[in-house]
Amino acid sequence: MAADRTRIRIHYSLDRPMDLLEYQGKQLFARHGIPISPGKPARTVEAAVAAADEIGYPCVVKAQVQIGGRGKAGGIKLADDPGEVREYAAAILGMDIGGLTVNEVWIELASDIASEYYASIVFDRSAKAPLVMLSTKGGMDIEAVADEDPDAIARLHVDPLLGFQSFHGRRLAFEAGVDADVVRPVGAMLAQLYEAFIAEEATLVEVNPLIVTPERVVRVLDAKVTLDDNSLFRHPENAELRDSSAEDEQEQMARERGLTYVKLDGDIGILGNGAGLVMSTLDVVALAGGRPANFLDAGGGSKAEAITSAVEVILSDPKVKAVLFNIFGGITRCDEVAKGLIEAFEVVKPTVPFVVRLDGTNDVEGRRLLAEAKLPNVHAESTMDGAAKKVVELAAAP
Amino acid sequence: MSILVGTETRLCVSGITGREGTFHTLRNREYGTSVVSGVTPGKGGQSVEGIPVFDTFHSAVAETAANTAMIFVPPVFAADSILEAEDAGIELIIAITEGIPAHDELRAYSVIKKNGRARLIGPNCPGVLSPGKANVGIIPAAFFKQGNVGLVSRSGTLTYQIGNELAQSGFGNSTIVGIGGDPVPGTDFIDVIGLFQDDPETELIVMCGEIGGDAEERAADFIAAHVTKPVLAYIAGFTAPPGKTMGHAGAIVSGSKGTAAAKEEALEAKGVRVGRTPTQVAELAVSLLGAAA
Repeated sequence: MAADRTRIRIHYSLDRPMDLLEYQGKQLFARHGIPISPGKPARTVEAAVAAADEIGYPCVVKAQVQIGGRGKAGGIKLADDPGEVREYAAAILGMDIGGLTVNEVWIELASDIASEYYASIVFDRSAKAPLVMLSTKGGMDIEAVADEDPDAIARLHVDPLLGFQSFHGRRLAFEAGVDADVVRPVGAMLAQLYEAFIAEEATLVEVNPLIVTPERVVRVLDAKVTLDDNSLFRHPENAELRDSSAEDEQEQMARERGLTYVKLDGDIGILGNGAGLVMSTLDVVALAGGRPANFLDAGGGSKAEAITSAVEVILSDPKVKAVLFNIFGGITRCDEVAKGLIEAFEVVKPTVPFVVRLDGTNDVEGRRLLAEAKLPNVHAESTMDGAAKKVVELAAAP
Repeated sequence: MSILVGTETRLCVSGITGREGTFHTLRNREYGTSVVSGVTPGKGGQSVEGIPVFDTFHSAVAETAANTAMIFVPPVFAADSILEAEDAGIELIIAITEGIPAHDELRAYSVIKKNGRARLIGPNCPGVLSPGKANVGIIPAAFFKQGNVGLVSRSGTLTYQIGNELAQSGFGNSTIVGIGGDPVPGTDFIDVIGLFQDDPETELIVMCGEIGGDAEERAADFIAAHVTKPVLAYIAGFTAPPGKTMGHAGAIVSGSKGTAAAKEEALEAKGVRVGRTPTQVAELAVSLLGAAA
């Protein structure tokens, strides 16, 4: 495998994965019998000191944000006494790491480490099977390991109908070259991680490092867990873990209303139906010289209320100077979209111009409704390119 | 000819008695699709505008010789319905439902692949339209006519957009296939492009992809190795914001793949022309095939 250094971390930016904080991931692991170190979360310095006193010293003060590179950013510190916990917790709480504010720390009893390994299970879309990876080069930048020494990471796809068998664990442990005396416990740990991955319907479970203590006990020292949004209805205890503090106002509002919204930094509000068409609309607006303020997919089969609701979300961003509706109805009916827009004009009373392009299911009826409503400053366009040009022109107008 | 759906199609709709299920089933029938039955557990014996409803796929297949299923039930029931259709011997299962849990999809996909007797299209897809012959799904058929362009896409509405641009340039379609945008699509670009390569009616293949995953990159390799017909591509998402992806496992697996630029580069390296807008795709089609009638 050729080393590839251009690691652009785009997964699929419009998916809405639910990333857990480290300690939430560990608590989830614990439910599946995976050994974790004693620890407690804390949101204030006082709570951090109290937690440390309860757990014992030395302990580790760890910033809780859903992003890597916490150690390098100074977000993980080893504390020997209450004074140090106070000092580190004060420094870490409120810290900005990769654009995310630290609102919580996890206080954990420090571990003695003999070896650090890396383990992960990822939902491999390409192979259409879970991929389990294990490496003895844990505790460091695993992407650099993948670049420089790809063979140092043992990889194995698991047939989802077969599930993870003991031999899978042994094979990965032997191929990764873990210490001979921990082949079985490491294999067993992988089996437990796989069980958690399936039972909790995760799309990612990553542990870096997975440690072996001097007493030869295998334990997880970190946890990155991403859950599948679509399955949360079956896991109410996980659904409650969502951290909305990382979302901005519009994103939170949109999610509560069941809309897919991503905030961008331009001034043209965009509403379309279907992720592909909305992405294409962003591209066409950008090519026409405009800067989209958001990505908003009203979804398939949007009813009038959803459209009204979406208009409210778009216009709650004060930067928006014009709005483009680009609808090609399949399951979405253009008359419903038109009704929603008309309703939105009654409720929200927008002051910015709208450009509306309606094609597809019930488009004739939709266009008729819009024409009859005679909404102020709403421009009908018949093509996507024409609509993009028009909205860019309107947004640029003084 | 056409691929996947046509005059041989005998359709059974799972979820036929739901509001959307009824609406689109009747539209499909109105278009000329032979809709032979529907399935809604507990509503066997009823009928929807003359279409008999059964409690199970097994009875629907036995009574009406259905060979194609359309899945139109809510996400929580969808994987089960797909597996029921497969178990009942349906050959082609088209799953429209959006929002199916990823692990459910994976299990359904794995069973279908292992048994090897059915093909799954979707989930989260707009369906399949062979203009003039049959429409199974939610594609607004009135915009498309019979012709020589095979169109395959991950996105529903973008499919309509591109198809409509081609139609405005005078092109018709052999078949339009929406493979869906979910993590585990039952059918990939490669599968459909292979079918179009073997379909005598198809003279040009248009594939419409978007950011994420590596299906377009794999299609590029497949096209270079196996496809003699001209292929055009469109990729959506050049200006989409990079997603915040946690952990490193995804990056180790996928490398740099996934961006629109990487996909465009991979396709063009294998001789596939990539249009930057839906309109440009239609212009490229004209330059390849000449102005259509």
